[in-house]
Amino acid sequence: MKRGEVVVEARGLSMHFGGVRAVDQVDFSLWENELRCLIGPNGAGKSTFFKCLTGQLTPTMGDVVIRDVHVAGRESHEIAALGVGVKTQVPNVFDGLSAEENIWIAARRWHAAKRAKTLTAETIERLQLGDIRSDLVGALAHGQRQWVELGMVVAAEPWLVLLDEPAAGMTHEETARTAELIQEINQTAAMIVVEHDMQFIRMISRQVTLFHEGRILMEDTMDAISSDPRAREVYLGHRA
Amino acid sequence: MKIAQDFRGSVIVAILAALFTLIAPSILEFFTIITLTQVIGLAILALSLALVWGYGGILCFGQTAFFGLGAYAYAVAATNIGGSTGAILIAILVAAAFAAILGYFVFYGRVSDVYLAVITLTVALILYSLIRRTSGPEYKIGNALLGGFNGTGAPPINSPGDGAAMLFPEHTFYVAMAALILVYLLCGWVVKTHFGRVCIAIRENETRAELLAYDTRLYKLGIFTLGAAIAGLGGVFFCVGVSRVTPDVFSLSQSALTIIWVIVGGRGTLIGPILATFALYYLTSALGAQQWLNTNLVLGVILIGFVLLVPKGVIPSITDWADGRRERRVSRSRERRMRVRRSRATAGTEAAE
Repeated sequence: MKRGEVVVEARGLSMHFGGVRAVDQVDFSLWENELRCLIGPNGAGKSTFFKCLTGQLTPTMGDVVIRDVHVAGRESHEIAALGVGVKTQVPNVFDGLSAEENIWIAARRWHAAKRAKTLTAETIERLQLGDIRSDLVGALAHGQRQWVELGMVVAAEPWLVLLDEPAAGMTHEETARTAELIQEINQTAAMIVVEHDMQFIRMISRQVTLFHEGRILMEDTMDAISSDPRAREVYLGHRA
Repeated sequence: MKIAQDFRGSVIVAILAALFTLIAPSILEFFTIITLTQVIGLAILALSLALVWGYGGILCFGQTAFFGLGAYAYAVAATNIGGSTGAILIAILVAAAFAAILGYFVFYGRVSDVYLAVITLTVALILYSLIRRTSGPEYKIGNALLGGFNGTGAPPINSPGDGAAMLFPEHTFYVAMAALILVYLLCGWVVKTHFGRVCIAIRENETRAELLAYDTRLYKLGIFTLGAAIAGLGGVFFCVGVSRVTPDVFSLSQSALTIIWVIVGGRGTLIGPILATFALYYLTSALGAQQWLNTNLVLGVILIGFVLLVPKGVIPSITDWADGRRERRVSRSRERRMRVRRSRATAGTEAAE
């Protein structure tokens, strides 16, 4: 596989909360056009690691480099301004605005009014949000809110997309559709996806990084990881 | 889009207000016109908070700090310059500059919402006790004595460029009303712009706005400063209404009243707080004329009543109710059509059989 250049690199990244080492000395690399899944049991540190990448947390030690820019400790909006699209674990949407307005705000950040309007329409088309375009997002169902948030990510036309549990709480069909969407987004952007749902990961991913107790336990294909005794031990809690 | 909907409504409101302005002096008493000018100043203050809190989501408890600074800056500048045009601009600039500096520390220091309310209120109260202590002859800016708790004289407004051509109270009323209408339209336009919509988005979810690469601190500072500039202009009309400015412009009760106007009128509307200002001002004066009911008690009951029963405020509740009615009507007629179609279909099958 041709890998191209490294677009995200974490070096010795650590995040401590008091005495707890949520992320401990993690080295991580993401290549151009790659779609990487981060998995691991609850408390493995994947969401904390994710938040260090997006600027929501300032790492205690170590560095994050996104396309030659050192971003550890930078503000979220500075990281987003590099062309990074982020979807957080808890849906972060503008509840009091319509779905269309939500997406428009994302598109208008990068484009003049006219282009923003067409881009908003295109994004609504692409995510099939036409039926709910003028509904207030606060009144939408959970899965629809997730898609509106994805729509905002997509409308900003990012080259790097970071998604934290994009399929959480979705029905089976919704999950399948989200998987399709993610593969479509991956055509134009490198991606990191934090996920719990193993079936979902099988649908989208080639390369998987397994977190355990704040460290990376292994990095391999989903098949290799699911047949590995160490991985099984981590998930089922057996001791060797 | 939901935000864009009602700019046409704002224009209609503005036209109605302009018509009222033209006929008001011929149907109202002279003293009512003078009082109205003062209330217009308060309405502009309420409008500024409607923008900052209702749209920007910034609960500025001490919006009166900028209001009072505007009033004092006008009085001092007009006394020294001997004309009002430049003084009005100075009043707006002083209020905006003060807000820009205060806002810089508050927003870039990432002070949380609750502390922001406390800090702004504290600033207003500090200004209140500071200005009350300026009663000696040594507290003088140019020719203007600050006058401690007695306050200082605010020269009337004159026609631009001619310091001697003082306006009559009716004309001052026209100017104040024109200012209110223009500021109202300005606010209506601002909340429709890209800047305004981002401010609304930040009110809804600041994290998301940041993740979309908006520097939320800058936007909040922007709307906060704009609101302060408007409040400063309100201060000008408040003090020229009675030709005097006293430290009471900074008082706790004035700060609280401003919040009450916005709550009663409704957050997220511009016209609501303006109308609430006029209505509650009228109510307070009516209550002040009698002896058996304490005015503040009534205001307190109104505030509690609104928070418990009409938490959205008057205007949003009315629009919600109207929207609900329209929707019900639409769905009813849709149902009726479906029923007709169904009965026709059954009739068709029966005929075929």
